[in-house]
Amino acid sequence: MMKKLIIILSFVSAVFIGGCSEQQVPNTRGVYMLMDTSGTYTQELEQAQRVINFILANLEPGDSFAVARVDTASFSEKDIIAKVAFDDRPSRANQQKRNFRDKIDQFVKGVKGSAYTDITGGTLQAIEWLTEAGTGHNTILIFSDLQEDLKEGYVRDIPLQLTGFKVVALNVTKLRTDNVDPREYLNRLANWQQRVESGGGTWQVVNDLERLEKVLTF
Amino acid sequence: MSFSNIFMITDNPVISGVIWFVILTIVFYLARNHAHRAIIAISRVLHNAMRVSAHSVMLAEKRMIQRNTEVLLEQGREATERIIEREFERVDATVRRDLAEYPALHRHLSEEITKIDEDYNQSIEVPPAPPGWVKAVEAVAKIPSAKGDPMVGNVLEDIHQSLLKANIKATEEYRKASHKRHQLLNSMMPHWRKLRQVLTQVDKNVNSLLQRSTAIDRHIDTYEGIISRTDRAVRMLSSSSLTQFFIAAFVLTVATGGAFINFHLIARPLSEMVGGTNQIMGLQINNIAAMVIILVELTMGLFLMEALRITRLFPVIGALNDKTRIRMAWVFFSILLFLACVEAGLAFMREWLMEEDAKTLAALRGDEGVAAVTENSFLWITTAAQMGMGFVLPFALMFVAIPLETFVHSLRTVLGIVAVGFLRALAWVLRLFGNISRFAGIAIVNIYDLVIFGPLFIERMVKGREEQPEENKSKPVEYRGVA
Repeated sequence: MMKKLIIILSFVSAVFIGGCSEQQVPNTRGVYMLMDTSGTYTQELEQAQRVINFILANLEPGDSFAVARVDTASFSEKDIIAKVAFDDRPSRANQQKRNFRDKIDQFVKGVKGSAYTDITGGTLQAIEWLTEAGTGHNTILIFSDLQEDLKEGYVRDIPLQLTGFKVVALNVTKLRTDNVDPREYLNRLANWQQRVESGGGTWQVVNDLERLEKVLTF
Repeated sequence: MSFSNIFMITDNPVISGVIWFVILTIVFYLARNHAHRAIIAISRVLHNAMRVSAHSVMLAEKRMIQRNTEVLLEQGREATERIIEREFERVDATVRRDLAEYPALHRHLSEEITKIDEDYNQSIEVPPAPPGWVKAVEAVAKIPSAKGDPMVGNVLEDIHQSLLKANIKATEEYRKASHKRHQLLNSMMPHWRKLRQVLTQVDKNVNSLLQRSTAIDRHIDTYEGIISRTDRAVRMLSSSSLTQFFIAAFVLTVATGGAFINFHLIARPLSEMVGGTNQIMGLQINNIAAMVIILVELTMGLFLMEALRITRLFPVIGALNDKTRIRMAWVFFSILLFLACVEAGLAFMREWLMEEDAKTLAALRGDEGVAAVTENSFLWITTAAQMGMGFVLPFALMFVAIPLETFVHSLRTVLGIVAVGFLRALAWVLRLFGNISRFAGIAIVNIYDLVIFGPLFIERMVKGREEQPEENKSKPVEYRGVA
């Protein structure tokens, strides 16, 4: 009887230790959304608002979410419009979601277009913020036409460290010049894909916002 | 050096094959006797090993059958003892309840009978006594006097009148007496009815006792069968055990469904208390908390049923003295009640959270107005239903103890039957492989001879010509069991 008990206890302990020794990835999600506010793209901000609301509706307690604008120099905390780490308690998380939405609404009402577009800086800021948040599955959403336009003197030719990150380009609108020569559009996308994948991240483009659900699934 | 290098003695593969065949045939022919012995020895070893293993397995199977019978009889004995004990308890309760009232009943009956007797005596018809002066009338009537004597006539007339009056009076008195007697007889009716009721009740009680005694007789017969270990008793118990196993398994499955619903009812609201994001071994902490609560409820339910002596899974609780046991039962019930209240509260919380979620989603979709309109007044029904379920389910799960006990007890028998079946199959497989190896040895020997049929044919021809004496002939290898 004692022998059987020892065997059972050993087995349970082995299973328990085996379970604990595995590298546990937190089951939380971190989403950082870059919102292009340059030039004509400000017209798309209402669309961005809907995307943010959709993401808010899908995130759960424990997840983190930040929305930042892309302007002349985006590698800055000041560009973060709203950020939140949702509370463990669902009721508190709901309240946080409502507050977040209000902040975004206020921003969209008073937004002014920026002269330049620093997407790389924003991406670097996103990597920093998400790494700090310590979430298990990280996603960077770039709501932009992906046309980077840097102010003179700004160095952004930096390799991106995106291991474990999923980068999703949303609503990549075609510029006038893209229509003249679609290769420009395709090259732009290919260039970003190459940058992301060489940094160890995964790349995805979602232009049909009806398919947003796939973005948040892991 | 590859296989082709060894094989290709000449450039032609066919000629090389033929050469190899000849070489191998000669080698096989020379090694024939030794090869036969080796093949037969190996097959015999395998056959014997399998046979011995099969024998051991059959012995284990017999022991398992014996153990199963022991378990079955022991369980049957315990169950029958319990039933008989309960029957006796019921008889005891009936006897205490009914026969304790017997002196009062007897007195009541005696009183009723005395009253009836008295009434009966009073109602006996007494014939009216003839008047005493009738003899005087007879004497006057015998007075010798002439006919037409007015004196005698007057006297007789007076007597006649007196007689008529006396007759009327006597008739009236008789009627009154008869009426009184009828009244007495009438008043006896309720007493008779009461008497009949009391006797019917007594009859019912006695019949109930007789029925119980018949049931006890039946159980005692079963018990005797179990004690004397009859085949019929074993068969009956085995069949009953299997039936109970499947029924208990079905009920437990239903109960698992109940537990599952209960889990979903409390898991989400628990995240408000313990958080819903931390994980232990891949499970969310609120889910673990919900499981713990349900398991604690189940445990309390088991203990409560045990303390009430409905089940007998924990003999320690059953063996406690009545006072402690009842106190423990109250403690278990209180904990269960507390947990049921907690669950009802959590169910309410769940509904509230769902409403909050719906409002937030509506706000994010930008249709807050629509959400406010769709908020209907019947929402309290689902809230109340959830709360009710949260309160009732812990008590419903408490009764899982009964099928669980049956399941655990019958599982021993079922596992025993399965083990017997497995051992029997194993023994069959071992015997099969033993026989296969035995006959495979013989088959290989024959195939061996078939391969070297050439030299063997030549050997037979040479031996046939030489007609060697019997004792010089090469003895064929003898194999036990080879035809």
